Amino acid sequence: MSIGTGQISDVDASLAVAMTGITKQFSGVLANDDVSFDVRAGEVHALLGENGAGKSTLSNVLSGLYHPDAGTIHIAGRRVELSSPRDAIACGIGMVHQHFHLVPTFTVAENIVLGEKRPFRRKETEERIRALGEEFGLPVDPAAKVWQLSVGEQQRVEILKALERQATVLILDEPTAVLTPQESETLFATLRAMARAGRSVVFISHKLDEVMAVSDRVTVLRDGRNVGTVETATTSPRELANLMVGREVVFSADDHANRPVIDRERVVLRTVDLHADDSRGRPAVRGVDLSVCAGEIVAVCGVSGNGQRELAETICGTRARTSGEVFIDGVATTGRDPREAIEMGVAHIPEDRLHTGLAASASVEHNLVLKSYRRPPISKGPLLQHRAIRKNAQELIERFGIKTPDAHTSTRLLSGGNVQKVLLARELSSDPHVLVAASPTRGLDVGAIETVRGLLLDAARRGMGVLLITEDLEEAISLSDRIVVMFAGRLAGSVDRDNADITEIGLLMGGNQ
Amino acid sequence: MIRLERRASFPKWLGWVIPIASIAAALVAGALLILVSGNDPLDTYSRILDRAFASGEALSATLIAATPLLFTGLAAAAAFKMGVFNIGGQGQFVIGTVTAAWTGLMWGDSLGKAVIPLMILAGVLGGALWAAIAGVLRAWLNTNEIITTLMLNYIAANLASWLIFNSRSYWRLLSGSGLQFPQGKRLPEGSDWPDLSLGSLVLPCGLLIGTAVAVGCWALYRHTRFGFEVSIISDSPEAAAYAGMRTKRKVLAVIALSGGLAGLGGAADVGNFRHVLDPKGLNQSGYGYAGIVIAALARLNPIAVVFVAVLMGGLSNAGRSLQGPDFPAGLVGTLQGMVLFFALGGEVLARYRIRRTVRIPEGVTV
Repeated sequence: MSIGTGQISDVDASLAVAMTGITKQFSGVLANDDVSFDVRAGEVHALLGENGAGKSTLSNVLSGLYHPDAGTIHIAGRRVELSSPRDAIACGIGMVHQHFHLVPTFTVAENIVLGEKRPFRRKETEERIRALGEEFGLPVDPAAKVWQLSVGEQQRVEILKALERQATVLILDEPTAVLTPQESETLFATLRAMARAGRSVVFISHKLDEVMAVSDRVTVLRDGRNVGTVETATTSPRELANLMVGREVVFSADDHANRPVIDRERVVLRTVDLHADDSRGRPAVRGVDLSVCAGEIVAVCGVSGNGQRELAETICGTRARTSGEVFIDGVATTGRDPREAIEMGVAHIPEDRLHTGLAASASVEHNLVLKSYRRPPISKGPLLQHRAIRKNAQELIERFGIKTPDAHTSTRLLSGGNVQKVLLARELSSDPHVLVAASPTRGLDVGAIETVRGLLLDAARRGMGVLLITEDLEEAISLSDRIVVMFAGRLAGSVDRDNADITEIGLLMGGNQ
Repeated sequence: MIRLERRASFPKWLGWVIPIASIAAALVAGALLILVSGNDPLDTYSRILDRAFASGEALSATLIAATPLLFTGLAAAAAFKMGVFNIGGQGQFVIGTVTAAWTGLMWGDSLGKAVIPLMILAGVLGGALWAAIAGVLRAWLNTNEIITTLMLNYIAANLASWLIFNSRSYWRLLSGSGLQFPQGKRLPEGSDWPDLSLGSLVLPCGLLIGTAVAVGCWALYRHTRFGFEVSIISDSPEAAAYAGMRTKRKVLAVIALSGGLAGLGGAADVGNFRHVLDPKGLNQSGYGYAGIVIAALARLNPIAVVFVAVLMGGLSNAGRSLQGPDFPAGLVGTLQGMVLFFALGGEVLARYRIRRTVRIPEGVTV
C-alpha cells in the first residue's frame, strides 16, 4: 500500500496522520482544494464544516475510498498510497460511517470478524470482543444478533470492528446524528478513553457544542479548503461558527433589527376542533384549536410523535381529517386534496424535504415549479413553457442564493442547506397566506440554519402567518411570537415568547400540566 | 483492480455513445461466435446488411418487420417512463388486432377506406381498455402491474385462439377451406391500409403513423403538463401527491396510453399486413416482449425507438432470409440476444464509471 518514490519524507514522524495538499475534484467541483490536515497520536481531532464543505470527501480519502487527484498522505511518518479501504485498514485507519455496514441477521461477533481471513472460532472471538468492549467502555453482547440492537449499540459494534482490526486512527462520520443525547455522552467518554490510550480519533461533525465538548483540536473546512486548525481550549463556538460560515453569524431572532409586525385583525390560519388519524389509523390529532395571525410566528413544540406531523399534514391537505374545520384567511377548506390547500395559499415545508417536498432526481428548475406548473406563465393550456421555467429558476436561484452548478442539476446533488433553500424558494415565492414549516432546520449546518431562520422571519415580515413545528426549544423561543406545546394529540399550553421559560415548556412537552 | 464508481451526473454525449458502442461490441462478440460456427463473419455481416437494408425490396421487408415493433416499443417506453412496468404489450397488441379486425370485417365493405380511422380507434380503445384492467388494479389496489399485465397476455392469447379455433365466432372463416382448417375471415379489401411507394421502396402506412405517433409521444412527455407530472411521479410519488398531482389517475392514464399504443400496433398489423385475425402468428411473434427490449435500447426515448425498431426489424428480416442448410438456425437469434446483453451492459456504464486502481504490494516503504 505504500509507494517507493525514493524521496525522503520531511513530515513529523510523531504525527499519526499527516495529509498534505489533498485535492479531489468531482465533475468540475473541487470537493477538497489543497487541504492539509494532521492528527496527533492520542488526540480527538474534530473536522468541522457545513454540509458540502468537504469533510466527508477528506475522510473518504483517508479511509481509502477515494483516490485524491493530488496530495500526499503519511501515516506514522510513512508515505502511503491508499487505493482501497483494505489498504487503509492495513495502515491502522478505521472508519465508522454514518450509515452502518452490518449484516442484521449475523451476531455481533460474526459481523466484527466478517471479511477476515483467519478461521472463525466463536468462543474465542466472543471472549476477545467482550474484553475489547470492556477496555474501551463499549459494552455489547457479542452473541446478540445485530437486528436486536439499538442504533447506539450498532454503532458500538462498528467501533469495535475498527478496534478489532488494530485501528490506531478512528474516523467517525457524524456519529451523533443517530444517537440520543445520553448515548452521545457515552460515546464521548469512549472517544476520550481511546485518546488517553494513545489512539487518535477524527470526529466529523457540524455541531458546535459537540465539537467543543469532545475534541482537543478542531480543523474547520469551508468550500473544500482548510480555513483554520485551532486548539479547542482557546476557541469559542462563535469563533468556530464564523470560521465555518466565513462571516459573522446571527444566532437568534433577537439579533435581527425589526421583528415582524403582527396584524391581530387578520387570522390567516384557524383550526377548530381538528381531529386526524396517523398512518396506522390511530387518532393522532385529537381536537386542536389553533390560530395564527398575519405576520405571526407560532411554534408548535413537542416530542416527536405527539401528532405535530399529522397536524401539519392535515392543515396542508396531504392527510385527511376525521373531523373539525380549517380556515385559511377566513375561508373554510374541505381538506380533501393538497391541491386545494395550495391554491388557497398554504405553503408547506415537510419534514422529509428531499423525498416529499422535492422530487430528488428532478432538476432544480423543475422542482422550483412543482406547484406552479399548472398555471400561466409556467404552462399555457396543456403546454409547458420551458422559457418561463428557466426564467423562474434563474430569478429564484439568484434571489435565494441557491448554490447549484446550474438549473438543470439534479436536486439530490445539492448540499442539505441548498436543498432546503430550493424548497423555501418555491414555497415562499408563491406568496402564500400561511407557511407550515416542519423541522425546517433539522440536519442543517450553522450557516444554513441562519439562512432558513432569516427566511422564515422575512416571510412573517411580508405578512404571512408561520406555523413552525419544531423539537428545538431554543429555535422556538428565538424565532416565534408564541409557543404552543403539543402532547398526545392535544395542545397542552400556550406561552408568549416574552414569558417563555424553557423548564416550564419542557415539562409541558413531557405531559406535566 | 477495476472498480465501478457511481456517476454524479450523466453527460449528454454518453446517451449517444453508449448505445452505439454497445451495438459495436455485440457485433464483435457475434463475429467470434460466427467464426466458431465455421462461417465467415465479414461475409455474414455483409449478407445481413444486404438482406436487411441494401435494396429497396430488402428495406421494404425490414420496414414491414419493424412496424409492429415500433408500436410495442413505444408502448413499453411510454409506461416505463413513469416507472410503470407494463409487460403486457403483447396482450394489448393482440386485443388491438381483435377489435380492429372486427371493425374491418363489420364496415370494410360498406365504408371503404373510411373504415381505417375506425380500425385505428378500435385498436387503440381495445388495447387501452385491456391495459386499464391492470391500471385500475395498480392505481387503486396497489397490485403489482408486472404480474397482472403478464397474466393478461396469456388471457389475450387464449382469447384470440378460442375465437378462431374453438368457437364459431364472427372472426372465423366458416366456409370453403375454413371448414377443414380453422382460420380467420379475410378482411374486406376496403379495409386494407394503403402503402406509400417510392420506386422499389414501400413504406407501410402503419410505419408512417407510428413515426408520427413517436413524435407525438416525445412532445407529450417533453412539452406538456402531463409529461411533467409523469416525470415527477416516476421520481417521487410522495412529492407528486404533496404538490397536488392526482397520481392514481395518472397511473391509469399512462397504462392506458401504453396499452393504446400497443393496440394501435395491433390495428396496423391486421390492417397493413395480415388482413385476418391470426392467433397462431400473433402468439408466436413475441412483438410485445421485443418492444420491451427496444424501449430499453432506445433509453425510453420515443424518437430513438423508431430507429431501434428499424434496426431490430432489419435483424429479424435478415435472420429469416439467412437461415438455411449452411447457416445455423439459432445464430441470428443469438446475435439479437447479444445486442440486448451488451445494451444492458452499456446501461451499467451509463450509470457508473470504471476506475482502475493500482495495487501495490504491502510493506514497501519510502
